[in-house]
Amino acid sequence: MFPELNNLLNTTPEGAEQGKLTLLCDAKTDGSFLVHHFLSFYLKANCKVCFVALVQSFSHYNMVGQKLGVSLTTARERGQLVVLEGLKSAVDIFFRPQEEPHPLQFLREANAGDLQPLYAFVRDALEPVDCGEAAWRCPVLLVDDLSVLLSLGVGPVAVLDFVHYCRATVCREWKGNVVALVHDSGDAEDEESDVLLNGLSHQSHLILRAEGLATGFCKDVHGQLRILWRRPLQPTTPRDRSLTYQYKIQDKSIFCCEPSSEPYSL
Amino acid sequence: RHLSPRLTPSEGLARPPPPPTDNCPNGSFRPSHGKIVERGVVPTCVYQHSRGTIPREPSWDSVEWEGRSLLKALVKKSALCGEQVHVLGCEVSEEEFREGFDSSINNRLVYHDLFRDPLSWSKPGKALPGGPLEALRALDKRTGSGPATIALDSLSWLLHHLPCPILCQTLHALSRQDSCPGDTLPGEQVRVLGLLHEELHGPGPLGALSSLAQTEVTLSGTMGQASAHILYRRPRQRPTLQTQWFSILPDFSLELQVEPLLESQPPSDLHTPSVDPTTHLTFNLHLSKKEREAKDSLTLPFQFSSEKQQALLRPGLGQATSHIFYEPDAYDDLDQEDPDDDLDV
Repeated sequence: MFPELNNLLNTTPEGAEQGKLTLLCDAKTDGSFLVHHFLSFYLKANCKVCFVALVQSFSHYNMVGQKLGVSLTTARERGQLVVLEGLKSAVDIFFRPQEEPHPLQFLREANAGDLQPLYAFVRDALEPVDCGEAAWRCPVLLVDDLSVLLSLGVGPVAVLDFVHYCRATVCREWKGNVVALVHDSGDAEDEESDVLLNGLSHQSHLILRAEGLATGFCKDVHGQLRILWRRPLQPTTPRDRSLTYQYKIQDKSIFCCEPSSEPYSL
Repeated sequence: RHLSPRLTPSEGLARPPPPPTDNCPNGSFRPSHGKIVERGVVPTCVYQHSRGTIPREPSWDSVEWEGRSLLKALVKKSALCGEQVHVLGCEVSEEEFREGFDSSINNRLVYHDLFRDPLSWSKPGKALPGGPLEALRALDKRTGSGPATIALDSLSWLLHHLPCPILCQTLHALSRQDSCPGDTLPGEQVRVLGLLHEELHGPGPLGALSSLAQTEVTLSGTMGQASAHILYRRPRQRPTLQTQWFSILPDFSLELQVEPLLESQPPSDLHTPSVDPTTHLTFNLHLSKKEREAKDSLTLPFQFSSEKQQALLRPGLGQATSHIFYEPDAYDDLDQEDPDDDLDV
């Protein structure tokens, strides 16, 4: 995890809020550093994490996790981390009997229906079990990323329903957290992506948006990070709070600064 | 202090006037059958936290003005007027919706939970029987005698899960309680409020729902202040558009406000004196009075002058309908021969 991001979000692993849906969004840049941040953050916070990893292999996440101070292999072995490795299991699905339910069952269907098997997988992975051992702090679902489901043929309403159910079960019932990454293609004609992004934004409590700079690629500034707090528990402020920072990702840390109108100098 | 302008619809509306013992507090901001439309793309724009101006991109920078607070404020008003309120909750849980209401309002509020298990995915079924459509249709059977309000949170969720024509028909049936509209007693009127997220739908469904609604409230805002653009559609009258600035207090009371004065200059301009760029030049950019007059009275060469206009308006006998007015100058060589004569075509 990046301690600088914790400072911006005003949170620590020990004092992480519960019952929240966090939306990660990227536009014209790669927002996967946010996924790695939250993965290591919640592992360090002693939460039980279900990681739906559809984009990269497990070893990739493990490698980046080690730079950030967590070992995914260890976490998986002791039961803290459950990973659905999309790249591997998408191939497995075609070599097993059709009667066995599979989280990515929609890949076998002619018209991709709903994501109920995937939700069932998440529910089984995170369901709190009453056993005598030290319980994990709270369940966390992390998805990287939801836009892949759109490109695999799932409709945006089906993805929204999946997130709705995860929110109802993980956030509301079990007081856990859900973190999901969505890409903003910026393409005005991609209506499905817009519906998914806007629909998720309405459901989210916290939105982190990583954008490329409007002026183009820059060696010293990788992008701009916008943070928006939505749906506070008490509507004390009439509007939501937002912050903007420019960031540069280094090997094990991230450097953030406030944007300024003066010519950039780091 | 706040203003409380009368915003109730006047006599022209088909809805009967409210009963005399109307003890609603805080004036009146009560749309009858209304739809609250959220506008603007999430999330908020960048305003404080940077000294300079940041270029605004229209797809991101419009502030997201969420409508659920206003829906809850209207629900609270209806409950305080003694009406029973039925909420079909699809997007938030019951605890979250009831949060902020005191017990007197919560006692009048019946929450029909479509949030926990709307599609019957859970193993021990917690779903409402029949799914979303039946839950919606069942609402009109549940409202007993007496005025009632039905709040749909949200119409967007229903529009995603039900076909648009069926949703529109069901909404229409919901707002007409009995089959003889002429016999509707004032006490049995049902008010239907719906929350709609505008960015999630195309113009077709939006237009269909708009045509059903008697009042449409679109939320936006500027400079930290929320505003509602209210469109009243009355039968046999022109729709009227009104803008009302408001804020919602922590206990979901609605406070109407005066329009904030727009500042024409940002504060930073006070510190930098404006410089006239036309001073200290080696050439003259200004015009004297005579020069200005000469410039204004100049006719441009291709201007449609009055002579040309007259000639065109009164075509001469035997003349072609189009004329070319050409004044040759000294260097012109007018040759009347056809240059293509030598072609053997």
